[in-house]
Amino acid sequence: MNDPIFGRLEWSSFSVHEFIVDPSINSAVVAGAGMMVVIGGIALLWVLSHYRLWGKLWSDWLTSVDHKKIGIMYIVLALVMMTRGVIEGVVMRAHQATALGGGFLSADHFAQLFSTHGTIMILFVAMPLLIGLINYVVPLQIGARDMIFPVMNQVSLGLTTAAAALIMISLVIGRFETGGWSAYPPYTGSVFSPDVGPDYWIWAIVISGIGTTLTGINFAVTIYKSRAPGMHFMRMPLFTWTALCTAIMIVYAMPPLTVSSLMLALDRYLDFHFFTNDLGGNMMNYANIFWMFGHPEVHIVVLPAYGVFSEISATYSAKRLYGYRSLVIATMAIAIISFTVWLHHVFTMGQSASVNIAFGIATMVIAVPTGVKVYDWMATLYRGRVRITAPMIYLIGFFILFMAGGLTGMILANPTVDFQVHNSLFLVAHFHNVLIPGTLFGMLAGIHYWFPKAFGFRLAEHLARRAAWLWIIGFCFAFLPLYWLGLLGMPRRSASFTDPTFLPWMILALVGAFTILGALVTMVQMGWVSIRDRDQLAVPVGDPWDGRTLEWSVAAPPSEWNFAATPDVHSIDAFAVEKASGRPYQPALQYEDIEMANPTAMGLVVCVAATLMGFGLVWQIWWLAILGILAIATSVIVRSFRTDTKRIISASELKQAHGNWLDRVANTPAVTRDEEISFRNRGRSAVDVVR
Amino acid sequence: MTIENLHPGLNLGAAHGEAHTRSEPVIFGFWVFLMSDLILFGILFATYVAMSNGTAGGPGPQELFNLTSIAIQTGLLLLSSLTFGFASLTLKHDEGRRRHLLIWLIITAALAVAFLGFEASDFHSMMQKGGVPSRSGWLSAYYALVGLHGIHIIIGLLWMAVMLAQISVFGLSYQVKVRLLMLGLYWHFLDLVWVGIFSIVFLAGVA
Repeated sequence: MNDPIFGRLEWSSFSVHEFIVDPSINSAVVAGAGMMVVIGGIALLWVLSHYRLWGKLWSDWLTSVDHKKIGIMYIVLALVMMTRGVIEGVVMRAHQATALGGGFLSADHFAQLFSTHGTIMILFVAMPLLIGLINYVVPLQIGARDMIFPVMNQVSLGLTTAAAALIMISLVIGRFETGGWSAYPPYTGSVFSPDVGPDYWIWAIVISGIGTTLTGINFAVTIYKSRAPGMHFMRMPLFTWTALCTAIMIVYAMPPLTVSSLMLALDRYLDFHFFTNDLGGNMMNYANIFWMFGHPEVHIVVLPAYGVFSEISATYSAKRLYGYRSLVIATMAIAIISFTVWLHHVFTMGQSASVNIAFGIATMVIAVPTGVKVYDWMATLYRGRVRITAPMIYLIGFFILFMAGGLTGMILANPTVDFQVHNSLFLVAHFHNVLIPGTLFGMLAGIHYWFPKAFGFRLAEHLARRAAWLWIIGFCFAFLPLYWLGLLGMPRRSASFTDPTFLPWMILALVGAFTILGALVTMVQMGWVSIRDRDQLAVPVGDPWDGRTLEWSVAAPPSEWNFAATPDVHSIDAFAVEKASGRPYQPALQYEDIEMANPTAMGLVVCVAATLMGFGLVWQIWWLAILGILAIATSVIVRSFRTDTKRIISASELKQAHGNWLDRVANTPAVTRDEEISFRNRGRSAVDVVR
Repeated sequence: MTIENLHPGLNLGAAHGEAHTRSEPVIFGFWVFLMSDLILFGILFATYVAMSNGTAGGPGPQELFNLTSIAIQTGLLLLSSLTFGFASLTLKHDEGRRRHLLIWLIITAALAVAFLGFEASDFHSMMQKGGVPSRSGWLSAYYALVGLHGIHIIIGLLWMAVMLAQISVFGLSYQVKVRLLMLGLYWHFLDLVWVGIFSIVFLAGVA
């Protein structure tokens, strides 16, 4: 029977305890990781107090409902989690390089590492990165003032953050699950994993899953209902199109994950028999439901990257996107077909060959629209005014590496081949080969591209380029050897191995992992140098790259209301057309009062309550779990009785602010594409190429 | 969509002014949410069907289901959809008679409470006969599916209580009207799900 106050929590639950009673390299790594979280947290509190930033943090960020602030907070969350995920990757590579007949970590600890690494990289890096980017960019691209449900947007961020917090807490108190990011039962059921690990996974997944579902609804409805007049569907920028497809996919793909996790929870907490070995349970139901989410998820995280590549290939070659209509159709086709292929994750599950063939063919069909896209981007570059900036380096890396990843995907789509290489490092190499050059390069390219818009200054270009090359080279060394290891027969998730032929490839992969770590450090340096030189790098007019779509027509950073007057859209690439016709930066004929949502602490309350609820459920501290649930319900009800949720910004204030900014634009010299990365770029583009 | 119909389902109509125009994105968003919610139920329906043979030697539908009680529950829930329909019509056409609106909502809530009472008593008697969720995979799927619907009804009741309070505090402000429209969609949606449960779980179970 558990303690009524502390549940299952004991002194020995703290990760540092093992190191005290049984010091070893393994327990030192465990305790060290936990201490890093604690020290990081304390350092953050100290910085906030020392520089008296609490008030600013509260009023400018935590209570803000501005989609731009929320987007930035999502990306910050993702970068923090990515740091942990990359370090875990390096630790795993270091372990496997020493794992010939042993390794310095325990098998159990290694299993926790690959489980957290996968969970974090997919759900707390890729998802917040793309959600953050969409949050920031889409309202600006469609001429809207905010998301359609700004407070719900804040609540979504709160839920995602709460789930990320639970995963961080698992480093300090207790342990994480050991069944991989997909957490297959019956191994993760209460019979084989009675510890708290799977519970941390379950509640992190459920809480963030609900947040993400709400985000998907918000994005879809915003794009359907908040577009500026004249912004027809076929005039939307491609990034907005991919955001729409991703949003629709989120709405339909997240519920299966929520359900399968909750069913696993029922199995573990209340002795249900969905996925147990006995009494009519069937774990194959879990595999099916999980991958009904899992496969669409792969395309959820990659479609926005395709959107970014569409934007940057057009902008950095100063050309209209080639094959706009085919790109739209290809995006939609991928979104739909991706719901019909989930079984290729479980080809070896035991169904008939004809079922496998059907799913194998569907999988191969996805390559067709993806190929269309790649040709369209290459055709966009063809005879363009191309500049090889950092985002373009990511695009080039993507072209070559993602093609390779896609081809190995085609190989795996053949069930007969899959039977040979499934569960081997070949598979690990394949999905890293699509997720890193696809999703991650896309997101990093997007961050470089839109950073000046968000903060008003560019990122230091030379360091950005160095980081991009390090990512590409590091990726090649870290993951291409894994194809070979897979073909040699090395299973994935092996804590140790006995075949010495694996060793040289493992060491090569470790070199790659350190190169990626170098890329991460270079990015930190880039951030530091960019902030230091922000005055020289400043682009207040907001159009440093001769952008084509509406977000570049406003200041950097944009005002809280984005557009002083709602733009009237007459064509695709509306801002490029305005510039080409010589009439950008016009005052509006008429300014109107606008309504904006008031700041609120709702999202923060939900975040704290959901964290407490999750922690209480994990440790079976029932009073805390109930308290958390009641706090969430109460905050929703109390909120529904508030009537002071909106405020009016007057037309005269908007007119004044817009007038001031237009004066500033008029007094800023424009630069051509030749001087784009020089300090002379103040964010006003001279139109030197008209296409 | 025409000027009169800004969103699927019952529209308040232009005579309601702000409440009508502001309902467009909110109601559309709520439809999207319901579609997402429907996936939850869809997965549980599929699981239920896939596990219908997983009784593991325990009691099955023949021993456990009480069709008389299910018929009463179905009647109560369908009737509550009708009474909510009257509440919606009062809201749209007869705004002045706020008391009628309140009465229809209270009758709807009362029917839902009766439904839950019968459902709880069914659960109780099933458990008495050994039909507990931990007995078999089939029973796990049964309780998850029917239980999720029950939880939705409880949330709906809580929502109705909040709306009754808000009508009293704010009158029929545009927010209150839009929320009543959403509650209406939610309520009819739960009825539809129940029709699915009635057919797939209960009728197919004993047929």
